[in-house]
Amino acid sequence: MPLEVNGKSYETDEEGYLANITEWEPDLADAMAEADGAALGENHWEVINFLREYYEEYQIAPAVRVLTKAIGKKLGKDKGNSKYLYELFPYGPAKQACKYAGLPKPTGCV
Amino acid sequence: MAEQPAFDVPELKPYPVIPKLVEDAMAHSQPFVAKPNFQGPLGFPGELVDDWQDVAVKKMGELTDRYRSLQVFLDSCVKCGACTDKCHYYLGTTDPKNMPVARQDLFRKVYRRHYTFAGKYLPWLVGAEDLTEEVLDDWYKYFHQCSQCRRCSVYCPYGIDTAEISMAAREVMDSIGKGQKYCNEIIGKVHTIGNNLGLPEPALVDTLEGLAEEIEEDTGVAVQFPLDQKGADILLVTPSADFFAEPHVDGLIGYAKVLHEAGLSWTLSSHASEAANFGMFIGSYENMRKVALRIREAALDLGVKRIVFGECGHAWRVAYSFLNTLAGPFDFLDPNYPIPQHICEVTHGLIQEGKLRLDKSQNDDMVLTYHDSCNVARASRMGDVPGGQFTIPRDVIRASCNHFYDMPADTVREATYCCGGGGGLLTDDLIELRVKGALPRMEALKQVVDDHGVTHMAAICAICKSQFAKVLTYYGFQMDQIVSVHQLVSNAIILTGSEQEKEAELSEAA
Repeated sequence: MPLEVNGKSYETDEEGYLANITEWEPDLADAMAEADGAALGENHWEVINFLREYYEEYQIAPAVRVLTKAIGKKLGKDKGNSKYLYELFPYGPAKQACKYAGLPKPTGCV
Repeated sequence: MAEQPAFDVPELKPYPVIPKLVEDAMAHSQPFVAKPNFQGPLGFPGELVDDWQDVAVKKMGELTDRYRSLQVFLDSCVKCGACTDKCHYYLGTTDPKNMPVARQDLFRKVYRRHYTFAGKYLPWLVGAEDLTEEVLDDWYKYFHQCSQCRRCSVYCPYGIDTAEISMAAREVMDSIGKGQKYCNEIIGKVHTIGNNLGLPEPALVDTLEGLAEEIEEDTGVAVQFPLDQKGADILLVTPSADFFAEPHVDGLIGYAKVLHEAGLSWTLSSHASEAANFGMFIGSYENMRKVALRIREAALDLGVKRIVFGECGHAWRVAYSFLNTLAGPFDFLDPNYPIPQHICEVTHGLIQEGKLRLDKSQNDDMVLTYHDSCNVARASRMGDVPGGQFTIPRDVIRASCNHFYDMPADTVREATYCCGGGGGLLTDDLIELRVKGALPRMEALKQVVDDHGVTHMAAICAICKSQFAKVLTYYGFQMDQIVSVHQLVSNAIILTGSEQEKEAELSEAA
């Protein structure tokens, strides 16, 4: 099911994850969030930007402890935990935030 | 924004009730079909082949020839009904096709049609049917509503194992080009990258360094997570979820602390960075073997003397029951230790020998119960006494905490209920099935929560942990009420030279 944003069509997989990560642009994240009934604030973007940076370096989304540590450094220690990340991304930081960031869905026993 | 389910979550009842049948209640439930790019690398056709009926029937015959057990299971059912109310998916979904005998019959009726005398000539008399499109549809739906947990087989007077029939059905479907996306994508990643997540070596290095830093911050002790260290004594093979997710990672931290404190020489491997073996879920001996061989290759390459498995349910089945024939012989390992050994056995042995100091009060904020994972409970053993797979993890928990209560007897040990997400079903496209299948376990949990104030449930399986973290919330529990067994050990252990040791000495002196 392709995603239409700003008059452009983006191919996605069965679950709405972007098929081609290089096509990603910030408006896509906003559009995906809107479809989920959410709006992205500054702190959401800190997470999304970190995910993209990490993926660029390692070709995989960061493990939960890598992510919480990085977010704790950026937004303050009280926010460096998965409880806070679930407040931001109730469907799960690994899956929902990855989707908005244009990353593939993490697979396996997670 | 809370997650709103698009289905009714079953109500928790004070005692288990066998539900009224609702025909086709789950006829809409099926996982995404694997695209050609996930089929090809596993040796399966990319899409449904033209002569799929012939290929499937021929494959069925190959499998009944190859696995005598499968043929016996297909021939010996007497329809006694003992299994009907034993499946968590039936209890949670009320769909009669989720009764184990009905699930088996989906496969059995085609077997009868082609491989029994009566079925060939008098099909209407013996419930024999051709493999039509409708039957294939049912296969795809209902063999992906079986978590291969084997609970039904415990109650079957003939010991018929629905898991094996379900594995065979999935293999037949793979062989005609109708595979399941979740499992097959993952197996492909293991073949190319080495683990289910697709976690490449540099990311693994980065993740492990972070964990070592975390332990040092918490305890003041430099506990290492060695990777690809040649000449180490122990190769630790653990599910990649242990690197990635919570509460799994707290278990991994626990293993590292135990191995460090005991002064054992160990290493992880970037080549065998996965304990899980989804080849078993899809019934593919070839894929299961290819995945298992990575462990052999890593063990030989690193020159280890022992192989230890982390907390992963079906991995332990493959390891304990099949590893030697799949990837053996392991005559290059030290015969003085079990080949392979479970991390719970290692920790248990060290506790017995008095080599670990555990401060149980560190877990006083929790009242624990234990969820037996199906593949550990019903398809393996642990240690050198029968039932060790039940007593060893419980002994480790009891040594690490003050408050432990078991769930009702008909829901634990060999009668344990599946978490609802095993057997290759831990995927979001099956969330309704997963939530409903968790019902019997949730009812049992509720009972010890009400009776004993239980706050947390421990498990030794990556799938169970992820499944509960997801489905607990649907039943009014919190996602962090599921913990790793070695997370409890990690909380309690007093490392030599740690801040905790100094505190303990100070309070003793006072």
